Amino acid sequence: MGTASLSAIWRRLKPTALALIVPLLLLAFWQVATTQRWTLLIPTPGQVAEYMGDFAWGGIYDDAYSATLTTHLLASMSRVYGGFALAALFALPLGVLIGRLPTARMVLDPFLQLMRPIPVTAWLPLSMILFGLGAKSAFSLVCLGAFYPILLNTVFGVRSVDPKLFEAASMLGCKGNAQFFKVVLPAATPSIFTGLRLGLGLAWFVIVVGEMTGVPQGLGAVIMDARTLSRTDLVICGMIVIGVAGFLSDRVVVAIGNRLLRWSPTHHG
Amino acid sequence: MAEATIPIVEIKGVSKVFKLQDQTINALAGANLTIAKGEFICLIGASGCGKSTLLRIMAGFEQPTSGGALMWGKPIEGPEPSRGMVFQDYALFPWLSVRDNIGFGPISRGLSRGEVKATVDKFIDLVGLQKFANAYPHQLSGGMKQRVAIARVLANDAELVLMDEPFGALDAMTRERLQDELLDIWQRTGLTVVFVTHSIEEAIFLAGRVVVMTPGPGRIESDNAVTIPRPRDVASPEFNAVRRVLGAKLHSHHGKKAA
Repeated sequence: MGTASLSAIWRRLKPTALALIVPLLLLAFWQVATTQRWTLLIPTPGQVAEYMGDFAWGGIYDDAYSATLTTHLLASMSRVYGGFALAALFALPLGVLIGRLPTARMVLDPFLQLMRPIPVTAWLPLSMILFGLGAKSAFSLVCLGAFYPILLNTVFGVRSVDPKLFEAASMLGCKGNAQFFKVVLPAATPSIFTGLRLGLGLAWFVIVVGEMTGVPQGLGAVIMDARTLSRTDLVICGMIVIGVAGFLSDRVVVAIGNRLLRWSPTHHG
Repeated sequence: MAEATIPIVEIKGVSKVFKLQDQTINALAGANLTIAKGEFICLIGASGCGKSTLLRIMAGFEQPTSGGALMWGKPIEGPEPSRGMVFQDYALFPWLSVRDNIGFGPISRGLSRGEVKATVDKFIDLVGLQKFANAYPHQLSGGMKQRVAIARVLANDAELVLMDEPFGALDAMTRERLQDELLDIWQRTGLTVVFVTHSIEEAIFLAGRVVVMTPGPGRIESDNAVTIPRPRDVASPEFNAVRRVLGAKLHSHHGKKAA
C-alpha cells in the first residue's frame, strides 16, 4: 500500500519534475559560468534573485526600481491584453470574411501577405510618428504583433470545414446563412482558438518593442532603461517576469480551451 | 392519384458529366431506375461505375447533366430532410454530442424543446446508444458513429435513406451486426433504403433488388430481384447461386476489357 501511494504521488509529480530538468540545468550552467568568471558582465543567479526581491518588495537597494514590479507588470499587462483584444476585434471578422468570400480573399489576401513579413520592430518609427510617443504607439505595435496569427488561423479554420458537413447540415434542414452559425463557426473554433493562443503569446513577445515608444512604465520600458544604465540584473529580472507572466497567461488560455473544446480530439493540452 | 401508383423515386435517363480542367468524365450515362416505397435496393459495382453519383443525385447534392430525378413525381432540386444520407465517413458534427447530433435535424425543423427531446430519446433507444448519449463522436467506435448517423437521419423523418458504403470502414463483426440492425429497422419502419456497396455478399444479404452497375461510362448493367426469404443465410446454396450469377454480371465488364 505504501508503494502504491508512492507511485501515485510520483505520477502526480512526474510532469512537473520532468519540466523542471532543463530550467534547472540552465540555472546550474549560469551559476557555474558566473562564479567561474567565464563572464564578468552577467550577475550570478543569487544576485539576480536578491535583486528580484528588491524589484518586487523593495527594502534592499531602495533605488528608483525598488518595489515597482507590480506597477510595471500591470502596465505591460494592460498593453498586452488591450492590444490583443484590439487585434482579435479586427482579425476575427476579417478572417471570416477572407475565408468565406472569394472576392474579399482576392482583394485583401495579397495585401496582407505583403504586409505580414514586415517585423513589428520596423513599424516602430512610423508608429511613433502616427500615434505619438507613449501608450497609443505601444498598443498599436502589440496589436500588430497579435493580428496575423489570429487572422491566418481564422481564415484557415473557416476555409477548411469538411464539405460533407455542409451536405449533412443541408439534408437535415439547415441551409444557407444558418449554416454559418451552425456549421462554419463551430467547425472553425479549434483553429480560431489556436490563433488566439498564438496571438496572445506574440503580444507578450513584442511587448519590449511596444514599450520602446517612450512609455515610462512597463516591463519592456524597464528593460530598455536598465540596458542604457548597464543594469544587467534588472534586465534579467524583467526577462524573467515577462517569461513567467506569458507562461501563466498561456496556461489560463489552454485551460479555457480544454473546457471549450472537449469535443476536439486534438485539443487536450 | 394514390401513393402506391407513384414510385417514391424515379430516375429517367439520367446522365452526369463532370468537367475537371480539360478532362470530361462520364460518371453516369442514361440511367433508368424506379424505386417503390418500402424497397431495399443495393447499388453495386466497381469504383467509377457511377453508383455514388447516382446516390448523390437522389440526395439532391448533385444535379443530373441530362435526364430527370424525381421523388413522388416531383423533381429533386436539392437536399431535403425527407431524403437522408448516411456517409461512409459518418460526417457527424464533431462538436456536438450524440444527443445533439441526433437532435440537429429536429431543432432545424423548429420543433419545441420537448418534442426534440422525445424524438432524440426515441432514436437513441432505437440504435441502442443510451449509455453514450452525452459522448462526443471522437469518443465512439466506427460502428457507434454509424449508428448515430443512421439515427440522425431517421430522427428527421426521412422516408428515403441513402447509404454510401456505410459499413465499408467497419470490421467484419461490427458490419454483420449493423447489417442485422439495419434490416430490423427497415422491416419495422417501412423505410425505403438505397444502399451503395462494393460487396456482393452484403448486397445479396440486404437487398430486395440488386442493381449492378459497370464503369466507363457508368451505367446500369442489370436490375436483379433477390427472392431468398429472410433471414438470409450467407452459407446456403440459394445464396451462393445468386452470388455466382451476380458475380458473373459484375465481372463481365472486366472480362470484355481483358479480352
